[in-house]
Amino acid sequence: MLRIKNLEAGYATLKVLRKVTMHVNPGEIVTIIGANGAGKTTLLKTVCGLLRSRDGEILFDRQDIRRLSTEEIVFRGCSLVPEGRQVFAPLSVRENLVLGANVQYRRGKQAEVKNDLNRMFGLFPRLKEREKQLAGTLSGGEQQMLAIARALMARPKLVMMDEPSMGLAPLIVRDIFGIITRLRDEGNTVLLVEQNAKAALGIADRAYVLETGRIILQGQAEDLLSNRDVQRAYLGRDLDSETDI
Amino acid sequence: MYWEPENECMERDELAQLQLERLEATLNRVYLNVPFYRKKFDELKIDIDGIRSVEEIRQLPFTTKNDLRDNYPYGLFAVPLREVVRIHASSGTTGMSTVVGYTRNDLKTWSNLVARVLTAGGITKDDVVQIAFGYGLFTGGFGIHYGAEKIGASVIPISSGNTSRQIKIMQDFKTTALICTPSYALLIADTIREMNINTSSLSLKYGLFGAEPWSESMRREIEQKLKIVATDNYGLSEVMGPGVAGECLERNGLHINEDHFLVEIINPETLEPAKPGEVGELVITTLTKEAFPVIRFRTRDLTRVISEPCPCGRKFRRMNRVMGRTDDMLIIKGVNVFPSQIEAVLFDIEGTEPHYQIIVERKGALDSVKVLVEASESIFFDEMKKQNELIELIKRRLAAELGIGVDVRLVEKKTLERSEGKAKRVVDMRKL
Repeated sequence: MLRIKNLEAGYATLKVLRKVTMHVNPGEIVTIIGANGAGKTTLLKTVCGLLRSRDGEILFDRQDIRRLSTEEIVFRGCSLVPEGRQVFAPLSVRENLVLGANVQYRRGKQAEVKNDLNRMFGLFPRLKEREKQLAGTLSGGEQQMLAIARALMARPKLVMMDEPSMGLAPLIVRDIFGIITRLRDEGNTVLLVEQNAKAALGIADRAYVLETGRIILQGQAEDLLSNRDVQRAYLGRDLDSETDI
Repeated sequence: MYWEPENECMERDELAQLQLERLEATLNRVYLNVPFYRKKFDELKIDIDGIRSVEEIRQLPFTTKNDLRDNYPYGLFAVPLREVVRIHASSGTTGMSTVVGYTRNDLKTWSNLVARVLTAGGITKDDVVQIAFGYGLFTGGFGIHYGAEKIGASVIPISSGNTSRQIKIMQDFKTTALICTPSYALLIADTIREMNINTSSLSLKYGLFGAEPWSESMRREIEQKLKIVATDNYGLSEVMGPGVAGECLERNGLHINEDHFLVEIINPETLEPAKPGEVGELVITTLTKEAFPVIRFRTRDLTRVISEPCPCGRKFRRMNRVMGRTDDMLIIKGVNVFPSQIEAVLFDIEGTEPHYQIIVERKGALDSVKVLVEASESIFFDEMKKQNELIELIKRRLAAELGIGVDVRLVEKKTLERSEGKAKRVVDMRKL
């Protein structure tokens, strides 16, 4: 579905992504883990056209999308749940969701929007309860749910999520990750960027480890969970205190 | 039957993407973790970020068996020893042994790749698999063992040697699949005949043979004598062990596990890439190994890559059975000669046994080759004239195949040393 080859991107003179090659197959959860500043958010921004790449290839459904506008990329079926939710605070929950479906009107599928609203309220009963409330008054976890639901309203083929666990209590994180798993089980495709490596690897099918703009490890998520480099760097296990060798 | 159809039958463009991802991650990791590679790349001023396709791997230097020896024992490991859960060493057939390590993930990958090869060779969970490869530092025994267990077959870890016991167990345990070197399979077959056991009373169906070069005629001989379907498989400890490539039941080339190994064929003299389909030295880069990745390892094995699709449905390209080793290649009177060529000629001549030895000597400044062949009893006790006729026939056929004349001697049956592991076909008496 998504195929990235030798992607290079950055800001002004700063090179953030040095060379990233990765792919996402339909129906998978793929996670990208890495420390702060490794380039995770830059990667998602580059894919959805918020940032221009300097070199490399981005194929979405076998089409080159490197030169397309963000609107066009969303229209083609690639949506982003941005870091820090970015919900429209002065608007109601319902209004946020309808705005997310904007692209459905362009596709001439406005008739489906109502159905999709109900689908979202089914998936997130909390949002149903708060349907008329202003988004800015929601809790962090509820805002995250709203951000995910808003992205799904565009009926994307691929949902990219940037740090959905950020700033949330562990119990809420569990709920959010439960929802992501459910989305996959219903046939959605998810590219998940996370600092919470343990939780992300726990639900993902495959994973990539990004370090200073390069992929240094890739594989089945369960294999990466048992990789000691990953354990040391991202799962907080201090191996050096365990043995001398 | 496939073990991992989603990989073995993946489309070529998907495979290309996966290979590039894995190659780039491997290069990043060896540069970070293996001082040997970092130093070498830095000295040659190679920026690994500049490698942007699998073809561009040609910009990187080769790794040789000598590099492995120079870094004995752990110098090329890409992880600290505490992450290594298994250590093997090469058999050292051609010098000092080299040491390789495996992480837990490496062992998992290895088992799966061996399971692919075994499945391709006809083995299922219902088989009783007799593993007559040596168990120990050699990767053959344990490598096959874990793959066979993964499939769920009943595994008999008998190891090599004690041929009459092998045969007794084969009878009593109703072995359905034999796994060993081809030369040992032949020894087992001959011993069965000598013990006057009817092969049809055995339960054997499949044989998977590897760890040494063998010929198509030898396959026919083994298949007829043991009444089995015999397939070839390939691996080497420096790269992983068995599981690198294996034949499917089409028996027409070994499918390379290309999602884990990147192969190139080079001309061993010019080191340039061989033309598509041309015979040359096999060079392998591992794409997923954690503990012991190798970049452009020169295997010394000669083969060619078969790109035509295989009717079995696997999309992985195939390699021809190994035609010989660059080390084994004899240069006699300026002509390159491989023991396998001599073997192929001998197999097709009536009156000879499939046991032979090639003695290379130096007389003055010239190399000379003498081929010792076991003659069947009937011929040996026959009159001198028939023996001479046979010798002349062999000489003529060899001259036609090799383009040079070689000396041929007939020896009595069972005078040449029998091998329970890798057969020693060439005796080099030259002091080079």
